[in-house]
Amino acid sequence: MHVPDGFFDVPVSVGAGVLAAAGVAASLRGAKRELDDRTAPMAGLVAAFVFAAQMLNFPVAAGTSGHLLGGALAAILVGPYTAVLCVTVVLLVQGFFFADGGLTALGVNITLMAIVTAVVGWAVFRLITRGAPRGRPALVAASFVAALVSVPASALVFTVLFWLGGTAPIELGSVAAAMGGVHLLIGIGEGLITALTVSSVLAVRPDLVYGARGMTKALTLRTAEGEVQVGSAAPEAPSAGIGLRPVLVGGAIVAVLLAGVFSFYASSAPDGLEKVAADKGLSAQEKPHAVEDGPLADYAVKGVENERLSGGLAGVVGVALTVVAGGGVFYVIRRRGRDSDGMTPAGAQ
Amino acid sequence: MSAGHHHSIYRPADTPVHRLPPQCKLAAVVVFAVCVVATPRERFWAFAVDAVLLAVVAAVARIPAGLIARRMVIEVPFVLFALAIPLIGTGERVQVLGLSLSVPGLWAAWNILAKATLGVVASILLAATTEPRMMLLGAERLRLPRLLVQIATFMLRYLDVIVDQMGRMRIARESRGFVARDFRQAPVLAKSAGALFIRAYERGERVHLAMLSRGYTGEMPTIRDISATGRDWVTAGVLPCLAAVTALLAWSTT
Amino acid sequence: MTSRSPSLKVTRLAYAYPDGTQALYGVDLTIERGERVALLGPNGAGKTTLVMHLNGILTAGHGTVEVAGLPVRPDTLREIRRRVGLVFQDPDDQLFMPTVREDVAFGPANLGLRGAELDRRVHDALERVGMLDAIDRPSHHLSFGQRRRVAVATVLAMEPEILVLDEPSSNLDPASRRELAEILKSLDVTVLMVTHDLPYALELCERSLIMSEGVIAADGPTRALLADERLLAEHRLELPYGFAVPAQPG
Repeated sequence: MHVPDGFFDVPVSVGAGVLAAAGVAASLRGAKRELDDRTAPMAGLVAAFVFAAQMLNFPVAAGTSGHLLGGALAAILVGPYTAVLCVTVVLLVQGFFFADGGLTALGVNITLMAIVTAVVGWAVFRLITRGAPRGRPALVAASFVAALVSVPASALVFTVLFWLGGTAPIELGSVAAAMGGVHLLIGIGEGLITALTVSSVLAVRPDLVYGARGMTKALTLRTAEGEVQVGSAAPEAPSAGIGLRPVLVGGAIVAVLLAGVFSFYASSAPDGLEKVAADKGLSAQEKPHAVEDGPLADYAVKGVENERLSGGLAGVVGVALTVVAGGGVFYVIRRRGRDSDGMTPAGAQ
Repeated sequence: MSAGHHHSIYRPADTPVHRLPPQCKLAAVVVFAVCVVATPRERFWAFAVDAVLLAVVAAVARIPAGLIARRMVIEVPFVLFALAIPLIGTGERVQVLGLSLSVPGLWAAWNILAKATLGVVASILLAATTEPRMMLLGAERLRLPRLLVQIATFMLRYLDVIVDQMGRMRIARESRGFVARDFRQAPVLAKSAGALFIRAYERGERVHLAMLSRGYTGEMPTIRDISATGRDWVTAGVLPCLAAVTALLAWSTT
Repeated sequence: MTSRSPSLKVTRLAYAYPDGTQALYGVDLTIERGERVALLGPNGAGKTTLVMHLNGILTAGHGTVEVAGLPVRPDTLREIRRRVGLVFQDPDDQLFMPTVREDVAFGPANLGLRGAELDRRVHDALERVGMLDAIDRPSHHLSFGQRRRVAVATVLAMEPEILVLDEPSSNLDPASRRELAEILKSLDVTVLMVTHDLPYALELCERSLIMSEGVIAADGPTRALLADERLLAEHRLELPYGFAVPAQPG
């Protein structure tokens, strides 16, 4: 999944680099707020864990195996800011020390694998757990969906970047369909592994799971008048650290940046894009899509004359679809969770 | 992809390339990669020049071709992708050995293969001639955020410790007859992953205590610093400058 | 702060963890300058909790800790952490820097030392534990015994008033165990050593404390304490099979 050099043209590589730098800068600030002077050792150890976990091969079917990408998992375990830092460091180390992933593609790789997966994973996780019944089943289900959505979301952003500055003459529709389809499958694996891992940590040290903070049960005092519930002494971090809003706002900014700034960038440097577009007939008017019936085939919005604008709209629509899909799943799980788990005492596991 | 992946490529030796300050090498390789990516794909000779440049660096650094070739395996997934582009690409088509290939697709495949290969070889040369510790110091000198460099420092320090723990868990699993055949065994593996996370996290807390015990107040002291002379920069600059000239010539002859 | 003050003075120290579990119930102890004292006790007796108070990682719920006359308080932490050298049980926790040199320099550098003075400290400390040859090696390439010696050097470089060691002999092979004992005997600093290794306590420490259920249950010459079978049994302490406390050497 590590994008090598030469895959994207210079403007997109640089643009993604700027985006990655901004995301990492924000995460540095955010992580420092949460972890204070513990940031360097804690994030370093978690980064080493992510690196090691990526080496753990999970058997999928006879003969084939998959491994974890870890962005969503890290976000749920240690919080989105720290997660972005950890995965970024893993990518930097892989790029510079192991020659894995192109150096000019570092911006793209960090954007796709660190920022998008952690932010989308965390946003979905929070959407589902907010207001859902407290307890392990809801957290584990939320982890599954969060990791599941994070992978195709990352693939979707890849497709947008590819449309902006990819160097290969493949139809956007086929790229989107291929990337989306393959990554939906990968996402299922990622979701299962993430959910199982979160579940196993919750069973032993629920206090370490960032996404489960504030889920601890109130303490009971036995007094003369009967039992009194008091707040737990444990820190309620997500409220103090990250609410849902900054994550959503951040996600929106990323989406707008991708759809807006990049299209502008690309149009001001028409060379690469124009050529690719001319070569392969990117727009819907010139050539019908090869996979007309695919779910993501009609990626460019029909009826919009300007192909660049149309693609930009398509990107925004894609982002919106992801959010809606995630929201729908969240709604269902929340409803079901309320019905079945209402009686489960929190933290009883 | 797991076996040996975490072992550093670094090859200790005493050559002019090894001796260069890390910040110079880092900057040189990044600029080189940018120049390569910016070179128009129609100019085959330009990529040949870049390849020769890297070969010269490898010779000076006495890095055996076999090591570079072995490490280039990391490129394979994208080579496969690149090879598929002419098949699925659009546009004008040609017949080669009975296959119908897209002409722009062939260009794209060549573009990715050439640039990715040059980039990966440059990275391998950097990693093979620069001690990991030096690389971090160089990154810090290049004004990469200090906190990020510190995180990477801790990560590299504890990577082996954690990978070893993972290996011991694997042995413990297998010595009790566990074989991972299909996804039904995933919960067991996930338990290992969870346990690994808990251990990593707890170690992070203990390391932080150890740091506090020795007077840590949130700032890592700079104990080692490496300065580069003008000469170092000039030496390191030869590679990216030649690549830049090559790219410019390639553009001007378009 | 006079030179007469004991190295360590703990008075009526009590502590409960944030979750409510109380670990210390009023610890009193005094260690004079130059003494080597063993702190013995079963798991869960509160030994580690006590150690964490000695350099202010945990803050006393009640009572005081004084190091060479200086009380442990938020505003004295910096000086306290220079005076109390804590050696952790797992050297991998303590050796977090990429090379031995940087690890040993970390503490004194935090005290503001730089340049030649810093180098001198690093050299001296490594020399005292016999690890000067390894100065530029990455610490994770050393053997376990070597790592523990470097861990001792990392705190010696801060020129501490008192050295506090958590299970110094654990996981060491017999030769490394003996080498470390020789190093500890050669140092002229006050030592407090938390251990389950009773023969090691006997070899290195004239005096021992037995901690049990959050208080100091016994305090006396190591030889006398270890000879008292009833006392040992009462606090779940056992001498290794076949080991008899030797008679006072001549």
